[in-house]
Amino acid sequence: MANVISNVALVPGIYVMKIEGTFKGEMGQFYMLRSGTGYPLLPRPISIYDIGDEDISFLYRVVGEGTSLFSQLQPGQEIQLDGPFGNGFPQVEGSLALVGGGMGTAPLLLAAKHYPHAHVYLGFAQQSFGVDAFEAAAASVQVRVGGSIVEKVDPARYVNMFSCGPTPMLQALAEKTEGSSSRLYISTERHMACGIGACLGCTMHTRGGNKRVCKEGPVFPVEEVDFDDLHGV
Amino acid sequence: MISMACNIAGVPFKNPIIMASGTFGFGREYAEFYSPELLGGIVGKGLTLHPKAGNTGSRIHETASGMLNSVGLENPGVAAFLKDELDDMTRWNTAVIANVGGSNLEEYVQAVAMITENAQKRRTMNRRGVDMLELNISCPNVKQGGMQFGIQTEVARDVVRQVRNVTALPLVVKLSPNAENITQMAVMCEEEGADGVSLINTFSAMKIDIRRRRSVFANTYAGLSGPAIKPIALRMVHQVAQAVSIPVIGMGGISSVEDIIEFTMAGAAAIQVGTYNFVHLQAGAELVYGLEQWMQREKVQSLDEIRGIL
Ligand SMILES: Cc1cc2nc3c(=O)[nH]c(=O)nc-3n(C[C@H](O)[C@H](O)[C@H](O)COP(=O)(O)OP(=O)(O)OC[C@H]3O[C@@H](n4cnc5c(N)ncnc54)[C@H](O)[C@@H]3O)c2cc1C
Ligand SMILES: Cc1cc2nc3c(=O)[nH]c(=O)nc-3n(C[C@H](O)[C@H](O)[C@H](O)COP(=O)(O)O)c2cc1C
Ligand code: FES
Repeated sequence: MANVISNVALVPGIYVMKIEGTFKGEMGQFYMLRSGTGYPLLPRPISIYDIGDEDISFLYRVVGEGTSLFSQLQPGQEIQLDGPFGNGFPQVEGSLALVGGGMGTAPLLLAAKHYPHAHVYLGFAQQSFGVDAFEAAAASVQVRVGGSIVEKVDPARYVNMFSCGPTPMLQALAEKTEGSSSRLYISTERHMACGIGACLGCTMHTRGGNKRVCKEGPVFPVEEVDFDDLHGV
Repeated sequence: MISMACNIAGVPFKNPIIMASGTFGFGREYAEFYSPELLGGIVGKGLTLHPKAGNTGSRIHETASGMLNSVGLENPGVAAFLKDELDDMTRWNTAVIANVGGSNLEEYVQAVAMITENAQKRRTMNRRGVDMLELNISCPNVKQGGMQFGIQTEVARDVVRQVRNVTALPLVVKLSPNAENITQMAVMCEEEGADGVSLINTFSAMKIDIRRRRSVFANTYAGLSGPAIKPIALRMVHQVAQAVSIPVIGMGGISSVEDIIEFTMAGAAAIQVGTYNFVHLQAGAELVYGLEQWMQREKVQSLDEIRGIL
């Protein structure tokens, strides 16, 4: 259990929640969050958005009952969180592009802070949010609201690319990257129960066999990802 | 002196709190959060003779006070379990129970024979093997996944009899709430020489994605577990405990010490914790400490004092 320091809407329905305490975590890892007692029963996986010396932040969208409860938390109230879990973005060398779509921008902020030379591409369907945090961290930030951010990315310019966002966006980027020498890592999503690799609820079919998104993932090299399976969820 | 110890079919358990199959892996993941040695026992992920990839698509959906799962018995198969998992599991001083499923009679018999042979071999080398078998005739999540065995008593009789023939290991049969008559099923297990029964497995259930106009699960139906099923599980444990003289291991939605007491009062010799492991990663430790405190507070020396008092 930890105390909420602040929980504010950046735009309607999208919040940043800051929680007090000393927390660990690397770019692309996530925590399992649960608020209240009783319902909903299961914790929800949320990527680490930012980490300070005495706090951790999460950027989340209200989509259902769990995240709706999160949005009602007031400063001083308690939340249950366990983590960090999962296998995040790898340590890489050379030029790097970070490509995020919508909520998929959340796990990329720590990567931007880790690699200040990275070029950041952020795409949003209707309204942008959280762009200023990237502008403070990264060398270059390009934003597109409506339309595809992938159009702006030239894979040939980058040795590595990290991406997170809606499956069609990830697939478009994967197709565009094919044939280039750029190495693309994408962060995937799956419904989770335990978050630690025990329940096999988050298993995803990959080219290397079944993998647990919470344990071997959520970040996978694009060659491993079976997009049909990702779409199916 | 308070004692939480219990004995089921000759196997000693330091307390009645056992982690349920499919919710605790083979223990390794949870061992990072507390020592499995605190627990009475661990039931490993459900095994089949051959490795199984499990179901595709969505495997989990939360419901009112419960969850649906459609994992489909993803597991490494018996041989890989014996080779890669058992050493780790037996390293902890807690009872190790292997949960075995199958899609036909031969698969059950072969899987159980392999585990039994392995246990005997290890014993001659002075090494611990599997302490107990839990026969899963009740998985609702695979098309040919055992559940057909768990519905009709006379179909299940064949499996229990043939498995009993090939193993001297303590044998507990895990019953399905989807059984036509769960009491009859339990009585049959006793008649066929089972050393105990455990209940319940998940309820066959469903969730429709109205936007996509299809079931959330590729397999259409999924298994319901968690607090939502507790009152029904408790009733079934009560009925079964009155009908048989072999030990009954109760489970279904247990999420607190009070729940454990209820199941014990209904006649359970021990209990299993499933879904609650996902709610609190330290569920096992919390319940073990909590139960001990409850017994001290209520001046209950042994759970025998309250077992089956209803
Ligand atoms: C590794 C990982 C990191 C994530 N990081 C973020 C993040 O930083 N910010 C953010 O807003 N969201 C993130 N998500 C998605 C987030 O977990 C879901 O939006 C959230 O669980 C929905 O919960 P709910 O109760 O509000 O919705 P409901 O629809 O009521 O949830 C019902 C069930 O569906 C599951 N669920 C629903 N949508 C998703 C989804 N897209 N992915 C996984 N499970 C889902 C829930 O966990 C729950 O079990 C992440 C998901 C994963 C797997
Ligand atoms: C994700 C998940 C996987 C399960 N896998 C198995 C399994 O492999 N074998 C089995 O006998 N039961 C399996 N079960 C059923 C549980 O062991 C238990 O019987 C059931 O969940 C009811 O208990 P609970 O409400 O405490 O979870 C599984 C349950 C869940 C939630
Ligand atoms: S969420 Fe349980 S194995 Fe990944």
